[in-house]
Amino acid sequence: MEIVGEINSSTALWYISRATGVVALLLMTAVLLLGLLVSRQGKLPGLPKFAVTGLHRNLSLIAVAFVGLHVLTAVTDGYVNIPLLSAVVPLSSPYERLWLALGAVSLDLTLAIAVTSLVRNRLRRKTWKAVHWLAYLSWPVAWLHSYGSASDLRGGWLFLLALADLLAVVVAVGWRLAAAARDVPRAERVGLIMTAVHQRGRSR
Amino acid sequence: MTPAVTTDVPRLLPRDGERIQNWRAHSAKFGRIPYRNAAGSLINDIEASGLTGRGGAAFPTYRKLAAVLEASVRKRVRPTVIANGAESEPASEKDATLLWLAPHLVLDGLQLAAEAVGAESAVLYTHAHRAGDVGARLREAIADRFDDHVAVRLAIAPPRFLAGQETALISHLDGGPAIPRFPFPRVTEQGLDGDPTLVQNAETLAHLALIARFGPGWFREIGTRREPGSFLATVRRADGRPRIMELPLGTPVPEVIGGLGQVTALLIGGYHGTWVPVARAAKLRLDNESLSSVGASVGAGILAALPGDRCGLVESARILRYLALESAGQCGPCLNGLPRMSAALTALARGRAPRGTRADLERWAGLVTGRGACHHPDGTARFVASALRTFAAELDRHGRGQCGATNAAPFLPVPQSAARTEEDWL
Amino acid sequence: MKQRLLVNPIDCDGHGACAELLPEMIALDEWGYPLIDGRPVPPALIKDARAAVSACPKLALRLLEVTD
Repeated sequence: MEIVGEINSSTALWYISRATGVVALLLMTAVLLLGLLVSRQGKLPGLPKFAVTGLHRNLSLIAVAFVGLHVLTAVTDGYVNIPLLSAVVPLSSPYERLWLALGAVSLDLTLAIAVTSLVRNRLRRKTWKAVHWLAYLSWPVAWLHSYGSASDLRGGWLFLLALADLLAVVVAVGWRLAAAARDVPRAERVGLIMTAVHQRGRSR
Repeated sequence: MTPAVTTDVPRLLPRDGERIQNWRAHSAKFGRIPYRNAAGSLINDIEASGLTGRGGAAFPTYRKLAAVLEASVRKRVRPTVIANGAESEPASEKDATLLWLAPHLVLDGLQLAAEAVGAESAVLYTHAHRAGDVGARLREAIADRFDDHVAVRLAIAPPRFLAGQETALISHLDGGPAIPRFPFPRVTEQGLDGDPTLVQNAETLAHLALIARFGPGWFREIGTRREPGSFLATVRRADGRPRIMELPLGTPVPEVIGGLGQVTALLIGGYHGTWVPVARAAKLRLDNESLSSVGASVGAGILAALPGDRCGLVESARILRYLALESAGQCGPCLNGLPRMSAALTALARGRAPRGTRADLERWAGLVTGRGACHHPDGTARFVASALRTFAAELDRHGRGQCGATNAAPFLPVPQSAARTEEDWL
Repeated sequence: MKQRLLVNPIDCDGHGACAELLPEMIALDEWGYPLIDGRPVPPALIKDARAAVSACPKLALRLLEVTD
């Protein structure tokens, strides 16, 4: 990384913004993977069953906090000019207009998911679920925002990290789809159990 | 085509068993539909009459009407009314017979119920296997009418045991499979298309049509004080042939079954009903007050007498196998419990059951009760428990490798084809 | 203001997280499905009941206010 000048408070904020951005992306990835596990009612080895939903929820709050830090430090640093509004309004930043737009889109979706989840009891099930599904859109947009707006991610070990990240999500989503395809259709369930228990009775 | 019809009480069914030829003949006999020209105004008469649902649950009809009207006013939407003629109980034929012989009574009731709750659309839901004859007749009847305020759509239920269940019916009419839904909020609040929905058994609507004409006092002239009026029963005596009878509530059982000498037990209430030993049954009357003393209820009016030469355990095992296969498979306890109960009762009926089979069966019956989204597991468990009690002596014999029956032929009607794919539920 | 637990048996898939968090009122049957104590939830257990409701991956468990 070339030295662009002395490190002062404003460049410090800029570095913190990039660092929290990377952490936020990793946390979002973990939240997505945990979400996939929740949807298949999986269990984390060594942990009780309730830990899956608990971790998914708690990590998502921490992830949002890191995104918040990432946004605030990027806006308040003097190194580049990013208005606060462009964190949620796409295409309104003079700096890296397109890549930041992606970030804004991802943040908007994330906020929608977070808020609807916090007031889940007052919403209709279908509404909550529909918004929650936007996570599958929010994550790739966040990844693209990260890749496009941070040159750090395009080389070195951060690049490998970003790639491993992407791969993990692709594999996990693939696993989830394959598992769902293997599910016994509702109409066939009772027939299967009938055959199994009636045979078991006869073989005794 | 139709089973024999006998009635000393010619209210719903024509005394001679002859069908009313057309709408004109119907109007000549009963008069035109007595519309009240006000939503809700019929409900007081229905309350005074004491009419309860004839589909099995015996829920006070006026309360359902009032609930749908109230919900539709509060939510500012139009409700829908549905005449439930699905009759998915294999041993029941009273609704099909009613729709065949007197469709206009049911259709009148549907119009009056629609007016009472302010509905603008109505559906008449019938069974797939009767779509050919009864369905064609209903289409004819609907086209024949001049008096209707609300258009009636005819819909066909898939041949599933659960197709006539209230939420399964709505699920099907909403375009999906006929499988039950979680019953909250209730369909009177949120049913077809999310609107308040009135689901009423076809026979109930026919009674409603007559009460609207002749008044609640007339309805109460027969029956008992707590359970007034008449009801349609599908009766199988020892000869196995189904007869449809219109009876006052409270009729003593021997008057209906007759020839109790050759009978070992009675099945009261259909396949979710109760087996009762004949000696006990002979002292009962056909009303819920009397039947509740043996844990039974009138239900949808199905009564069957098991002849002495048949084995009650074998019959029950055949029925239980059918009931298990007809599970929607949505709820864990029902999906897991009913097949295991079926295998256990089959083993007990075969006489080669390992030790503990009966205990397992009783445990599973207890485990499934009240733990599904509908009452299929409860009704099935009640049926099984009554079989174990009523045929206790037979169970002992089977335990020793013997059986008291001499006739292995099936007695009660049980459909052979099971549902295999999603299409079978549509 | 009494509160009761209610499970939607159609959504429930027998995951069992609820029974881990509220063993005083939720047991599992031999197939893994919840056996729920239908009595009002005692005030001391309300917090655990809410945790059990949150922990269900299928959102099948509910805590309802009942007026009686």
